[in-house]
Amino acid sequence: MSILIENISKHFGQFQALSPLSLDINEGEMIGLLGPSGSGKTTLLRIIAGLEGTDTGRIKFGDRDVTNLHVRDRRVGFVFQNYALFRHMTVADNVAFGLEVLPRKERPSPTEIKTRVMHLLEMVQLEHLANRFPSQLSGGQKQRIALARALATQPEVLLLDEPFGALDAKVRKELRRWLRGLHDELGFTSVFVTHDQEEALELSDRVVVMSNGHIEQIDQPGALYASPNSRFVFDFLGNANVFDGKVENGKWHNQQANIVLPEGAEQKDGQLYIRSHEFFVSREPTAQANLPLRVIAINPIGAEVRLELTPIDWQSNDVWEIDLPHKAFDKNCFEKGQTLYVTPKAGYFFANDAQKPTLLSWEK
Amino acid sequence: MATHLSAADTRPRHKRVLPGLSLSLGTSLLFISLILLLPMTGLVMQSVDMGWDRYWQVISDERVVASYKVTLWAALIASVFNGFFGLLLAWVLVRYDFPGRRILDALVDLPFALPTAVAGITLATLYAQNGWYGEILESLGLKVAYTPWGIVLAMAFTSIPFVVRTVQPVLEELSPEEEEAGMTLGASDWSVFRRVIFPALWPALMTGIALSFTRSLGEFGAVIFIAGNMPYVSEITSLMIFVSLQEFDFPAASAIASVVLMASLVLLFAINIWQARYLRRLHGRS
Repeated sequence: MSILIENISKHFGQFQALSPLSLDINEGEMIGLLGPSGSGKTTLLRIIAGLEGTDTGRIKFGDRDVTNLHVRDRRVGFVFQNYALFRHMTVADNVAFGLEVLPRKERPSPTEIKTRVMHLLEMVQLEHLANRFPSQLSGGQKQRIALARALATQPEVLLLDEPFGALDAKVRKELRRWLRGLHDELGFTSVFVTHDQEEALELSDRVVVMSNGHIEQIDQPGALYASPNSRFVFDFLGNANVFDGKVENGKWHNQQANIVLPEGAEQKDGQLYIRSHEFFVSREPTAQANLPLRVIAINPIGAEVRLELTPIDWQSNDVWEIDLPHKAFDKNCFEKGQTLYVTPKAGYFFANDAQKPTLLSWEK
Repeated sequence: MATHLSAADTRPRHKRVLPGLSLSLGTSLLFISLILLLPMTGLVMQSVDMGWDRYWQVISDERVVASYKVTLWAALIASVFNGFFGLLLAWVLVRYDFPGRRILDALVDLPFALPTAVAGITLATLYAQNGWYGEILESLGLKVAYTPWGIVLAMAFTSIPFVVRTVQPVLEELSPEEEEAGMTLGASDWSVFRRVIFPALWPALMTGIALSFTRSLGEFGAVIFIAGNMPYVSEITSLMIFVSLQEFDFPAASAIASVVLMASLVLLFAINIWQARYLRRLHGRS
């Protein structure tokens, strides 16, 4: 079922949680709401569910206007951040809850409920835990039971609040893949909230990046990564190092450091955002850039080695991070405390007076 | 020489802030013995002296048996009433923010702080035929003071904090998400209360009612001023103990007291065992 969000806004007391925003979600789509805490992503999710009211605007599920519909009549599946399983009920009773509370006319017979519950438990591969209590389950198991419970009434919209937040990395990855599979198989429309950019990019059909109660950007993961349209999105997607430069004689300067402007770049002051893998590393400055940095940490991460660096004789607000393939790292054998020079291959430039970046490349 | 010190000797001794098990447990046991066990033993000793036949005769005396019935019924009605009203009060105190909430919260403890005799006299004055409430009730044809209903009233008054104070913390801990989960699954307000909230409160509420009940069984000061104390009608068991004492019949007083004691102990043990079983499910220690 498609979801149409039109001009929704919300404030709590003096605090403007959501500025008027609109969002169109297609049938069968999986949408990730990505943003830091306080960005309004959970509020938006709760408004879609009907757990919060909206100050303005309207929400439609398909052709049905649900703006003033109570949460219990919206028929959405909702998975809570802390799972919110009923502690005094067995796993089977938890899953059966949505069916048990149906009005008598629509309620299936007890045997029918039993079969449906077992079927749902099979789907989440936990049929052997039917008679356990939630306190006897691991985090990942609780999460899957919460999902089975939310899906019991066959909702066409599934909403998930930080679904994998409290799980360890391995379980998280497994569950993500499993949820995506389930989504594709059953064909419901899903919206989930996350502050983890990797999760949003991996799982969603489209990512909605939010900050301070408004939408920064809506795009497919690939497009979002390739062309973030604001400083915020860039900062939030992470892995970018910022060089704040003043233009002079065809170079951006920051105290002792400088970078030569590539062809086609505007002669303006501004910030250059360079992703952590878009660098050459050398022992000496190059003709193209003079960016001296000191190594403060070396962390092997998967296929790459991440160097953490601080500027020498120039200014940057954050520690710089540079990812090198193991081969390149081994060739140079950097050590903590050493000085090295980096040269950008490509980056995004935000002129001081501009909202949107221009893509720059030093390679021909 | 220091060289033969094993690893165990060099380990830091204190891992906890309070002194170790032997000292704290020892102190606790000593005080429990002095304050609880010793008087109870004295009570039993005194009734042992009188022999089984006499003991049975005293505790099954017609007037005493009538007092058991009055006490049990009154305590039962009072504690069930407190169950409803205390739950409501706790709910209001936890779930709503209104001016004067803190004052109301403090007032709940008043029956604990007030000397029970003062409560009894006040209630008796208010509900007497010419009292503020008594007059109104009289015109409706209801008599409370100096009837068994007066006993119920005094018992309910003195024991309501037990229910409020046991239910309150559990209500505070209850996560709103569980209620919301119930609603997203389509449950009506009543369903959510009955299937989600109430089962979570149930153990605490039962404990509160049981405490309120046992407290009511033993209540003396507040009750005797309003009960009227008519033999076979509105005499409570504590009063029977008091009467025996006034006649200097200490063994008889102890005998009746031992019955009250046994009833309270059995009830408290039962509720403890039941609650432990129930809570084990919630906390997963099985």
